[in-house]
Amino acid sequence: MVEPVIQSRVEPTSGSTEPVIALAAARKVYRSGSLEFEALRGIDLEIVEGEYVAIMGPSGSGKSTIMNILGCLDTLSSGTYRLGGDDVNDLDEIDLAQIRNQRIGFVFQQFNLLPSLSAWRNVELPMIYGKVHRDERKLRAQRALERVGLGDRLANRPGELSGGQQQRVAVARALVGEPTMILADEPTGNLDSVSTRDVLGLFDELHELGRTIVLITHEIEVAERARRIVRVRDGEIVTDEVNAA
Amino acid sequence: MSWMETFRTSWSAVHSHALRSLLTVLGILIGIAAVILTVGLGLGTQKDVSSQISSLGSNLLIVTPGSTTDTSGVRGGFGTSSTLTISDAAALASTVNSPDIAGVAAEKSTSLSLVNGDTNWTTTVTGTTPSWLDVRSRTIAYGSFITDAENAASASDIVLGSETADELFGTQNVVNRTVTISDRTFTVVGVLSSAGSSSSDNLDDIAIVPFSTAATRLIGGTSSNSVSTIYVQAASAGQLSGAYQETQTLLANLHSLSDVADADFTIASQDALVGTATAIYQTLTVLLTGVAALSLLVGGIGVMNIMLVSVSERTREIGLRKALGAPPWAIRRQFLIEAAILGLSGGLLGAVLGIIAALTLPAALGSSIVVSVPAVVLSIGVAVAIGIVFGVYPATRAARLAPIDALRSE
Repeated sequence: MVEPVIQSRVEPTSGSTEPVIALAAARKVYRSGSLEFEALRGIDLEIVEGEYVAIMGPSGSGKSTIMNILGCLDTLSSGTYRLGGDDVNDLDEIDLAQIRNQRIGFVFQQFNLLPSLSAWRNVELPMIYGKVHRDERKLRAQRALERVGLGDRLANRPGELSGGQQQRVAVARALVGEPTMILADEPTGNLDSVSTRDVLGLFDELHELGRTIVLITHEIEVAERARRIVRVRDGEIVTDEVNAA
Repeated sequence: MSWMETFRTSWSAVHSHALRSLLTVLGILIGIAAVILTVGLGLGTQKDVSSQISSLGSNLLIVTPGSTTDTSGVRGGFGTSSTLTISDAAALASTVNSPDIAGVAAEKSTSLSLVNGDTNWTTTVTGTTPSWLDVRSRTIAYGSFITDAENAASASDIVLGSETADELFGTQNVVNRTVTISDRTFTVVGVLSSAGSSSSDNLDDIAIVPFSTAATRLIGGTSSNSVSTIYVQAASAGQLSGAYQETQTLLANLHSLSDVADADFTIASQDALVGTATAIYQTLTVLLTGVAALSLLVGGIGVMNIMLVSVSERTREIGLRKALGAPPWAIRRQFLIEAAILGLSGGLLGAVLGIIAALTLPAALGSSIVVSVPAVVLSIGVAVAIGIVFGVYPATRAARLAPIDALRSE
């Protein structure tokens, strides 16, 4: 059977008091020779299922480090990171790869689509590593592209799509594996205002459907679309408030 | 990631840089073609030589006058008097002295002109005994072979090879016709069945006369009893060494030699002749093998070089695949298979080139080249292995890239 691709609202799992993301006293220190740079200076952050959170800060504030940690692309120097209830601190590279594959859907500023592959081949990539059967992969990739409004662009290569369309392909790729959260790193950084509205509208819709979205940005206009804004500066959380707007 | 997906991904990476990939595998291509040609030439030569030598008969020892020493000098020989005589052959044929010997045929040959009317044909005229037919494993097509009676009477009878008969009379059944050799008329008593020809020796272009006839009437020489070759046939393949010992001992006794090391004759087995004849090709083989190995090494380094380029060109792709959940082993496998595909392409193209060369070169070279299927399969396997071995380092580098660094690269 083919699993539905976020066509319907995600029902919160029973007793969902456990946050999807829980960072506790998270510290990250980069060493370069004798130089030490403390990118995260003890961060506590909890995000529950279905939240739409923007992590905001100027460059050098540590938001990219947070993104790498949340995306399991990097590990903490100290403190704990629990993703969906599991401690991912001490996992090896292979387990981290599996966690990224199963629980996280990335959307990058640079889109990061493979230029030689058609739209649906790009979308099926995470499922290839997730050992999903071939026929099901194609079907799910098609549905995900239909979901982001590109049902008629399945066979187009990235070079034949506009920036906004490319980013929607990337969002489809992030959605297709039914991840615990969608992690978007400056998703509108390379887009014009029309495409920006387009992609942010898509995030709104996904949020309405109950997806957990973490969006990292330095633009207040983008951050204001989220329901909760976490501001970081110099490796620490400055404010963490519900977006009234 | 399934094998098929990995293959598809790797193939498209190779395919999208077709020219670059082709240039990369050129070294492997040449190396594999050289291996196939080297092996083919070696086998072809061996086949040529051994078919030539086995066409002499089976389980044969070939005794020739003079001795070949380790230093390639020849002791004794034709100049003074041939050291082998028809009585040596007769003694060897005695079953009392030599139980392992089944048959003995002595030959005395020279090249002479055969004339039929105004047709003239020069061929090897061999004087021998009736046992020749069995020892040399030949058969008669028409008429009969020379007999002991004819031999004893030095009769002017002759047996022709099928081609000789054709050349002289335009037909093969020429029994009772006559030919003239050195103004002497011979009656054809038989024609040999065709035995085919090897590259250097036409077995069907021959004329046989009784030994006594050749000794007394046709072939001069210091001793009418001397022979140029004695063929000794062992009773079976297992008795070949026994026959060798008996021949050696008997001839040494007859020639009053106390030490076989001083022998004035040489006994060679067919195997030994094949070995000697092929030995000269060993040098050539070693040389070509060296060229092939060097070419394969250079080819392997080419693969490694292009794989390193491929890895650094696709750093972002590697980072993305890792972010999407590719474990290190999947990345390593992808690049290893890409390297293996390069090796395989080089191997297949090299095999095609080698086989084409093996089919076309013999016409120009005059020596046969045998395309050995195991050698082709093995060398393609070697090409793939070279791709993999030289792909390990680039693939490992790709697998070790940290996803955040890889994603950040431009």
